[in-house]
Amino acid sequence: MAIEAEAHTHWSPLLGRLWLDAIPQEPIVLATFVVVMLGGAALVAGLTYFKLWGYLWKEWFTSVDHKKIGIMYMILGLIMFLRGFADAVMMRAQQAMAFNGNEGYLNAHHYDQVFTAHGVIMIFFVAMPFVTGLMNYIVPLQIGARDVSFPFLNNFSFWMTTAGAVLVMMSLFVGEFAQTGWLAYPPLSNLAYSPWVGVDYYIWALQIAGVGTLLSGVNLVCTIVKMRAPGMTMMRMPVFTWTSLCTNILIVAAFPVLTAVMTMLTVDRYLGFNFFSNDFGGSPMMYVNLIWIWGHPEVYILILPLFGVFSEVTSTFSGKRLFGYSSMVYATLVITILSYLVWLHHFFTMGSGASVNSFFGITTMVISIPTGAKLFNWLFTMYRGRIRYELPMMWTVAFMLTFTVGGMTGVLLAVPPADFVLHNSLFLIAHFHNVIIGGVLFGLFAAINFWWPKAFGFKLNVFWGKVSFWLWVPGFWFAFMPLYILGLMGVTRRMRVFDDPSIQIWFVIAAFGAVMIAGGIGAMLVQFAVSIWKREELKDETGDPWGGRTLEWSTSSPPPEYNFAFTPIVHDLDAWDDMKRCGVERPTSGFRPIHMPKGTGTGLILAGLSTALGFAMIWYIWWLAAVSFAGIIGYAIFHTFNYKRDYHIPVETVEATEAERTRQLAAAGA
Amino acid sequence: MQPPESRLNPPGRRFGPFRNRVMRIGVALGLTAALSACNTVVLKPSGDVAQQQGDLVVVATLLMLLIVVPVMLAVVIFAWRYRANNQDAKYEPDWDHSTQLELMIWAAPLLIIICLGAVTWTSTHLLDPYRTIGRIDAQTQVAKDARPLEVEVVALDWKWLFIYPEQGVATVNELVVPSGRPLNFKITSANVMNSFYVPAMAGQIYAMPGMETRLHAVMNSNVESIGFSANYSGAGFTHMRFKMRSVSDADFAKWIGDVKATGTKPQPAGDIIAASEFEGVPAKQMGGMLDRAAYLELEKPTQKVPSIRFANVDPKLYDAVVNMCVQPGKMCMSEMMALDSRGGMGKAGIRNVQMLSYDKAGRDSAVAESANPTEAVQRELAWVRALCEQMPGQVRDGSVKAPSDLRSLNGAGIPAPQSIGFGGEDAPVASSPKPAHISLNSRN
Amino acid sequence: MTATAHNLDQPKLQAAFYDLNEHDHPEGGSTMLGFWIYLMSDCLIFAMLFAAYGVLGGSLAAGPGPKDLFDLPLVALNTAMLLFSSITYGFAMLAMEKGNKGGTQAWLLVTALFGAAFLFIELYEFSHLIHEGATPMRSGFLTAFFSLVGTHGLHVTFGMIWLFTLVVQVAKKGLIPANKRRLMCLSLFWHFLDVIWIGVFTFVYLMGML
Repeated sequence: MAIEAEAHTHWSPLLGRLWLDAIPQEPIVLATFVVVMLGGAALVAGLTYFKLWGYLWKEWFTSVDHKKIGIMYMILGLIMFLRGFADAVMMRAQQAMAFNGNEGYLNAHHYDQVFTAHGVIMIFFVAMPFVTGLMNYIVPLQIGARDVSFPFLNNFSFWMTTAGAVLVMMSLFVGEFAQTGWLAYPPLSNLAYSPWVGVDYYIWALQIAGVGTLLSGVNLVCTIVKMRAPGMTMMRMPVFTWTSLCTNILIVAAFPVLTAVMTMLTVDRYLGFNFFSNDFGGSPMMYVNLIWIWGHPEVYILILPLFGVFSEVTSTFSGKRLFGYSSMVYATLVITILSYLVWLHHFFTMGSGASVNSFFGITTMVISIPTGAKLFNWLFTMYRGRIRYELPMMWTVAFMLTFTVGGMTGVLLAVPPADFVLHNSLFLIAHFHNVIIGGVLFGLFAAINFWWPKAFGFKLNVFWGKVSFWLWVPGFWFAFMPLYILGLMGVTRRMRVFDDPSIQIWFVIAAFGAVMIAGGIGAMLVQFAVSIWKREELKDETGDPWGGRTLEWSTSSPPPEYNFAFTPIVHDLDAWDDMKRCGVERPTSGFRPIHMPKGTGTGLILAGLSTALGFAMIWYIWWLAAVSFAGIIGYAIFHTFNYKRDYHIPVETVEATEAERTRQLAAAGA
Repeated sequence: MQPPESRLNPPGRRFGPFRNRVMRIGVALGLTAALSACNTVVLKPSGDVAQQQGDLVVVATLLMLLIVVPVMLAVVIFAWRYRANNQDAKYEPDWDHSTQLELMIWAAPLLIIICLGAVTWTSTHLLDPYRTIGRIDAQTQVAKDARPLEVEVVALDWKWLFIYPEQGVATVNELVVPSGRPLNFKITSANVMNSFYVPAMAGQIYAMPGMETRLHAVMNSNVESIGFSANYSGAGFTHMRFKMRSVSDADFAKWIGDVKATGTKPQPAGDIIAASEFEGVPAKQMGGMLDRAAYLELEKPTQKVPSIRFANVDPKLYDAVVNMCVQPGKMCMSEMMALDSRGGMGKAGIRNVQMLSYDKAGRDSAVAESANPTEAVQRELAWVRALCEQMPGQVRDGSVKAPSDLRSLNGAGIPAPQSIGFGGEDAPVASSPKPAHISLNSRN
Repeated sequence: MTATAHNLDQPKLQAAFYDLNEHDHPEGGSTMLGFWIYLMSDCLIFAMLFAAYGVLGGSLAAGPGPKDLFDLPLVALNTAMLLFSSITYGFAMLAMEKGNKGGTQAWLLVTALFGAAFLFIELYEFSHLIHEGATPMRSGFLTAFFSLVGTHGLHVTFGMIWLFTLVVQVAKKGLIPANKRRLMCLSLFWHFLDVIWIGVFTFVYLMGML
């Protein structure tokens, strides 16, 4: 009745619920809209002017090369990261000023969308694309493969993830996003309490992106199981590949749960079903259980590959074999399994019995044992090493110090009675940012600095990298230490205004931290720009700039389309290090034509149709939903009638590419 | 950093000597100096339950610091000592395994977790919010004849309703309790999930619609503090806060008298809000008798609600709220569940949709729709009620009874069987006869 | 490896560390594994629906329960249709193994016929229930029931679309390795749906009628 200023009741057959009231009224959003539109127009004009559309379409959008798809994932992650961070800055600013009767500058409708969007974007459209992109790029190279098991599916997965991101971005300018928190607990997310399009955007964005994630999980599991170079037994796989395998197993075993839960919420909202309703025997508590059965493994999906990154980086820059390889592998497996046995720790306060609560509390603590073992392994890899403090190693040390604190507060929250006083407080917020920023993000920065030369053939600028590092790391502590303290002062999360002026100082400090982080992000963008500008100076011709140990460093930078002219044969862990020690020279003759998959636009078209389907469902435009659904089915069937999906790279091309590589190596004096 | 008007860190709290020592060590060792200077109510609360929970935070942190501090030191030391340009340090590029070390790195965290696991198991049972209060503080056992104060709590959009069934009064956004007396909260929500949390008193527990959760607590000193919802519940969530006071028994009686006197007149009741605006429209004033009609008015979404007092309250109101049948013409959840446990009503009940619909079409539409139930619905409902009367059931209390002997509370062992089970027969809870609740308790 | 490797000369070293005579990897080497993994993830979706049914199955909302609604002989007939379709799919696969293109197509069509019969009976059951007022909106039990059985039905529908696509593709291209692989995948899918249905029949229908 009087909850919303405007009741959105308009519906027409042609446009569904879409009407003029879908244009947001908030000036901040309008200004953003104008800026984005101008920027977008400039980008389109530029691409058209320089005639780049054909190049983009042919070489990137329709490419099935795992390396290009990996890079596109990273770009998607970066763009969405800027959006998600803008949300974070808005929250920090609102909370720093909304004291003493000041309502701040965000009303409830806007603020509640901001914190929901921040969580959804950072998890689904920043961390996931970054991690998936990284695995996509590195894993086939590390196992000596020429591509993934299902190259077309890989392209399709990427575009589905992008489709989800597009829907989330659309919600900024057309309608609204969910105002429910990032997990959209019912009954609040039921139609009765979230009547307009916000939750529908949430559902369809997650559902569509989830398809992409699931398929890419299947793809990478198959790739790792089936496509390893000869001689690479499971216990000779690089640790990053191991952690990627476990992550993708987790994806395959967790994302169907999300799909199922989102579908249940969908039928509740669209058809009046009673899965999670208050009345007619529905159970909102079931949603909370199911979503966390996906949600907790999701946390490990994000962190595990980065554990792999830290292992590779520590070993490489310490100039040593990784300490305790097998205990590292078993630790990863134990974490994988245990991550399914802890979901209830996210809601100890729901009133489960003491025995149930302590069971889940203790299983949660048990996870810290393998995680602790991993930390010790990195520590003893550094022990008696020769540590070179290049940027990736700096991020790794920062991670080890930061993550330990985050892990400790995590175990603290796993003690149910302690959780009763800290649940949903800013202490919790500080904890998970501590592990996600300190673990996932620092790991990604290490990975980007580590593998950038592999992907582009030149190193990243060190000066701006250090500026970014020294802004990010203290910035993080400034931003989140106050939140730990506020949590102990009993301040809860998702608050828009405060009435106790004594705590304002802490929010101001946190806002200062956010400003430092903004500086860190800016410095990182400058780092990329400067490095691209001065790429000739930073050029790496060897393909192995860091003294690498695993197979990706054995090929050129950037690697040729086919990765390896001859598939390497593996005899030891750290296969490339082994080859270097044995003094194997790269074969320079006897090349053969190489069998490769062909690019296709099907992924992009299907994802485009899925976006249309999602949009139509969100706005109740039933005719468009029907048409796009039929289009998806029809086009998918049409695609299966194309049997010619591969080609051979002629031997001349391979010879020319490899001759160029020989020249490069000679120039580099290798 | 500690302003005079601060409500979070009330003066005059008392600590047991042991607790005080643990606190001091904790603050000195584990936390920064800044932390001890600010109002960390979670670590320094005024209620015994919250105090034990706060102590647990400190104990668990100290336990973990046993391993975290050496690890962080080792990271710094190794990172410095084995830097590339320190040629004095040993370099062993092929050293990658040591059975003793690996045993150590698995065993050390394991030992800590075994200790912490034991602490977790005992403390989770002792501090279970469903467990009745067994002690007032570390020294004082609850008197055999002590009767806990019962408060029924309803989370509404976006304010808290407190019903004092014994005293027959109700308040909104004002909670006053006597110090030194066990408190027994029964908690529910009108529509969405909230979390009932008074940091100075005890840990939080969710408030959920159509269900009842429990919280047992005690206040150990007379303080003024605040409580709030710790689970986001929509547009007005940020103002969903209430004043909480613990007072002496005499002051409590006086306050009840006050409520009875002042609660007869209509009082301001906050704003009807528009989420996309900063200011709302004043809501209709409330006061007097909190009957079903008044409750339905109160239930409407409002925010920034000041304290409202009701001199009288319908004794069956809370029960109707939990069962989602305050509106006339609605079947109660307990009735529905009783019928379900007998296999439903068969095809005869297939069209009974109206009397079950609670919030399908929006926050307020259900109210409008069933304000005047048709005669057919009323007949049907009368028949359901009659059916339920024939099936008297034992009310399952859901609370866990604390042992009456204080010694076992301080011991490490927990008499597991009786503390886990639903010991409800002689729980010191004033329970009146009610119709059969099948599983409204979130715990079932 | 390392110790002995130093003694080898360069060509031998290269032969030890590079696959110099590599042949094209046959296409679709990972397909069956990939499809298995997909099926397992699909199985999880059903697991969630079964779990939801387990939670909500008793929430009749003072309405009708399984005993009031289910028509066991009809469901038994339905089950028989699906089981027959699995057998006939098996015959199609046998024909495929023998390289019998016509036989494969014929058995596929017979399978489709049984599949269609299954879907028809299911839709009849649904429409009957809805007509009586036992809609999915009526209670948690009916929500979970319709969702579980309906999701299975949707899977069968997509299986049918896939099946007809394959009949056409076999007609156009014959029993080439790519088509054989696709037939194998659909076979897995079809039998998987059979297994799920046996779960549905047991847990929902039979145990509901007990």
